[in-house]
Amino acid sequence: MTELYTEGAPIADEKAPAGPINERWDKRRFSARLVNPANRRKLSVIIVGTGLAGASAAATMGEAGYHVKSFCYQDSPRRAHSIAAQGGINAAKNYRNDGDSIHRLFYDTVKGGDFRSRESNVYRLSQVSVEIIDQCVAQGVPFAREYGGLLDNRSFGGVQVSRTFYARGQTGQQLLIGAYQALERQVAAGTVEMNTRHEMLELIVVDGRARGIVARDMVTGEIETHFADAVVLASGGYGNVFFLSTNAMGCNVTASWRAHRKGAHFANPCYTQIHPTCIPVSGEYQSKLTLMSESLRNDGRIWVPKETGDQRDPREIPEDERDYYLERIYPSFGNLVPRDIASRAAKNVCDEGRGVGPGGLGVYLDFADAIKRMGRPAVEAKYGNLFDMYQRITGENPYEVPMRIYPAVHYTMGGLWVDYDLQSSIPGLFVTGEANFSDHGANRLGASALMQGLADGYFVLPNTINDYLADGPFDALDETTPEAKEAADSVRARIDKLLSIDGERTVDSIHKELGHIMWEYCGMERSEEGLRKAIDRIRELREEFWTNVKVLGSNDELNQALEKAGRVADFLELGELMCIDALHRRESCGGHFRAESQTEDGEALRHDDEFAYVAAWEFTGTGEPPVLHKEALEYEYVEMKQRSYK
Amino acid sequence: MNITLRVWRQKGRDDEGRMVTYKVEDVNPDMSFLEMLDVLNEKLTLSGEDPVAFDHDCREGICGACGVVINGVAHGPENTTTCQLHMRSFKDGDEITIEPWRAKAFPVVKDLVVDRGSFDRVIQAGGYISAPTGTAPDAHATPVPKADADRAFDAATCIGCGACVAACPNASGMLFTAAKITHLGSMPQGQPEREARVINMINQHDAEDFGGCTNIGECAAVCPKGIPLDTISQLNRDLLGALASSKPE
Amino acid sequence: MANSTLTKQRSEARRSTVALKSAMAVTGLILVLFLIAHMYGNLNVFAGQETFDEYSHHLRVLGEPMLPYGGFLWIMRIVLLAAVLIHIASAVALTMRANKARPVRYQARKPVQQTYASRTMRWGGVIIALYVVFHILHLTTNTIAPGGASDSPYERLVRGFQPENFWVTAIYVLAVLLVGLHLRHGIWSAAATLGLNREGRRRTINTVAIIVAAVITVGFLLPPFSVLFGLVG
Repeated sequence: MTELYTEGAPIADEKAPAGPINERWDKRRFSARLVNPANRRKLSVIIVGTGLAGASAAATMGEAGYHVKSFCYQDSPRRAHSIAAQGGINAAKNYRNDGDSIHRLFYDTVKGGDFRSRESNVYRLSQVSVEIIDQCVAQGVPFAREYGGLLDNRSFGGVQVSRTFYARGQTGQQLLIGAYQALERQVAAGTVEMNTRHEMLELIVVDGRARGIVARDMVTGEIETHFADAVVLASGGYGNVFFLSTNAMGCNVTASWRAHRKGAHFANPCYTQIHPTCIPVSGEYQSKLTLMSESLRNDGRIWVPKETGDQRDPREIPEDERDYYLERIYPSFGNLVPRDIASRAAKNVCDEGRGVGPGGLGVYLDFADAIKRMGRPAVEAKYGNLFDMYQRITGENPYEVPMRIYPAVHYTMGGLWVDYDLQSSIPGLFVTGEANFSDHGANRLGASALMQGLADGYFVLPNTINDYLADGPFDALDETTPEAKEAADSVRARIDKLLSIDGERTVDSIHKELGHIMWEYCGMERSEEGLRKAIDRIRELREEFWTNVKVLGSNDELNQALEKAGRVADFLELGELMCIDALHRRESCGGHFRAESQTEDGEALRHDDEFAYVAAWEFTGTGEPPVLHKEALEYEYVEMKQRSYK
Repeated sequence: MNITLRVWRQKGRDDEGRMVTYKVEDVNPDMSFLEMLDVLNEKLTLSGEDPVAFDHDCREGICGACGVVINGVAHGPENTTTCQLHMRSFKDGDEITIEPWRAKAFPVVKDLVVDRGSFDRVIQAGGYISAPTGTAPDAHATPVPKADADRAFDAATCIGCGACVAACPNASGMLFTAAKITHLGSMPQGQPEREARVINMINQHDAEDFGGCTNIGECAAVCPKGIPLDTISQLNRDLLGALASSKPE
Repeated sequence: MANSTLTKQRSEARRSTVALKSAMAVTGLILVLFLIAHMYGNLNVFAGQETFDEYSHHLRVLGEPMLPYGGFLWIMRIVLLAAVLIHIASAVALTMRANKARPVRYQARKPVQQTYASRTMRWGGVIIALYVVFHILHLTTNTIAPGGASDSPYERLVRGFQPENFWVTAIYVLAVLLVGLHLRHGIWSAAATLGLNREGRRRTINTVAIIVAAVITVGFLLPPFSVLFGLVG
């Protein structure tokens, strides 16, 4: 395997303080140097992305008095894909008095992440979670409330307490709109300069520090250079490497990947979350997959027929011929097992030939019992919008026929490596939200992504980035600075190249092929043989892309094919790294399931003695073997053991 | 099924546009409307013709990026977002006219893509509650009656797609503005800035060259999120109250 | 929000589209009240010439001796004229704004919700305004006197709507129907503009608008048809 990568020096997170875990965040906030308010005006920060992590950071940094330049590829910051999160946001408020605490949220998250995340980070996340809810309520986020006027909660997969705050099935939308409004308030105040329809295409590193970005104005095609004292990437995850995912069409890895090529380590790229409750694929033309909130598993029951190839109408299959397999295999968590477990269980029953719907790639999510128990109006009030969405997409009425669901790529736990301060391996480059790797380990629990995005943006980054900015302002730069010129020239050259190939295949067709390879070999179950095959095929496909892609039009106009081409080019490099990472990790953990590493009854089998580390990859050149840097993970507060949800 | 499309093509903001006819064959009824446009674009690309530009992102009806006028109706016949419209709503042989949102406040960028920055500027004028990070009291410090929270939520579901403007005979942005006024004005947290908010947002709305509202109701009828028309009445009530108020600034 | 600029913002908002349509709503409602009073006066025609002429005369001496002869009527005329002018000026301003707000028209347009009444507000309003001029020249100043001039308002009415002057009746009926449509949308719109539309109240307001519009339409059509078919006169 050494031909695929080499191993470099181990790394460590040097920013997390030692000592009792509940004091570490306080300690770090105290030890981090401050920037006095008068000096903040002289310091500028670029923030790429306006989802929960980016908009909240931009608003907060703007309020603090820094000069913020915010970028998004959409026509408005409000459209970032955080908006699509449905279920909710966790917080250790213990408003239910059901035994929740900061420590329990911490414990659940570390365990849910299958012991592949950092204790210090997760503990901080749990501490900050409490403040997030307060902040959002103050902004006017209309969370669900009870008749007494207090906030309502529900429970989510992988936990046994009710700590999830929600706003019907549109929690992400409401939280994002809250952050967006705070951001627009700062735009009006003049502290944030908003650049919509701008895509970051290169990072500018000067004297070892991240000092700016090259961005393309997607309307005019102008290649612009922007400078700042620090750069923050809040550019989201890379699930679209699979082509079909629950991500928005525009979600991409380009900002992260460009930074990776400039020296930022990419950590745990193979950790992908496959979400169990998505609407199954209906045809080859399919452009994306739609998630049905995991909250549906609170009241819906998942089953398949006991017999293989049972083609009957589900309503005609008698109770004793149904296999409620999650309730059977995992009696204590039942339908509420974590996502990785629910997804793989669905894959297993489908592999046995008991799947339902077209191609046998689906399982039933049945609300008949819930409707009987709660009455249809109650079900409608709780899940109405999700049922409507299902009906709109499939043309079937879920109040009458059980829904069909199947796992789909949803979230990527991996991302750019960051330390406790959220700083990457390039000084001055910070990474927040899904774009970093830090808090979820090998599997993310439901309702934790919103929590992490907002924790990073509102509370963590604004309290750590000052330690770096205290050294600023750095030397003024302009377009003639050699590093900036080189970056802008390379962007132009790449665009010219894409436009000049004029081959036979569309960008989408190559992207779809990449997606098939990734899903087949680097999806829910991975094996050495498959991954090696995938790496070869990705290399061939990348070669074909650069010789045979067809991108029409010019650079100096709105050119959506050109935008896509640039993103797919980066996915073609990332895909290879994901496979290498998956191949090197010869254990199963969380969302990463290696066929070679399972228990007798088919559960994921970790090898803590060998793999209890973060795999941080260093770029050495396209197609060249990357360098693996290991960051050892130590558990002082949670005992590492094989997860069990039985 | 086979479909004939008449699509608005316009190279750039200052160029003349025109309708161009395309045929799309073998359309699957389970395709979404945008997937049908994807198929058209694949075909156009391979034949060397510039693909049709259209805004879209989440394709699950929540980001608000997509939106075109289909056969004269904003988002088409199903009262949902364009991305959630499926081809089963049409029949074999149909001719479908596709146009961009048309409003001075939404200039066409290219083909079916428009610039909705005016909406962001209306929000900048006051569509927020000033709550700097870190200043918040405990979330349970102020209970919010469920009815108020629900009312706020109904208005807050606005996705800013702009269908209301596209459908309005006056190209008014009143439903969008009213949704935000109602969302924030229904919460106790939104009260301190309530008067200033409505005054500033209306001024910005007018400055963006949206038309005035004449209570026709096309906006609410096409709104994919069902923002109620009475939010506009709420806005009017708030504005008239704010104008009558003698509160010192 | 910077409150220091609020005074300026407030005065700007007094000229906003919402302020304009509020002015339309208030003036429109004044005109609706007038129409109801006018209709009541018209219906006196069924009580015979003496009562009708007496009613007409009474309007002129109303308020005497506090007011001079015809004083009340002139106050009313001034208020009405002001209302009409404000109503029209606001309508013109909003119409021009709406036209500017959509410089490129749709190639295909399919209304989903709008009523015929709401669609005819602008042209209907123009026709009604023209008719009002004719109406004053006919029945108030009697400058146009189909069937012959007279000092008796009753006579003017009866002569004007005789079958041989069918065109007068036709114009009148058309105008009243347009008024009816104008009121159907106008009353709803005024109520909504003034903030009366709340959750679940839309249907009620629309019902009221339809009833008031229908009553006024029928009330105004009764006298000329009665003359036309010889029931009065």
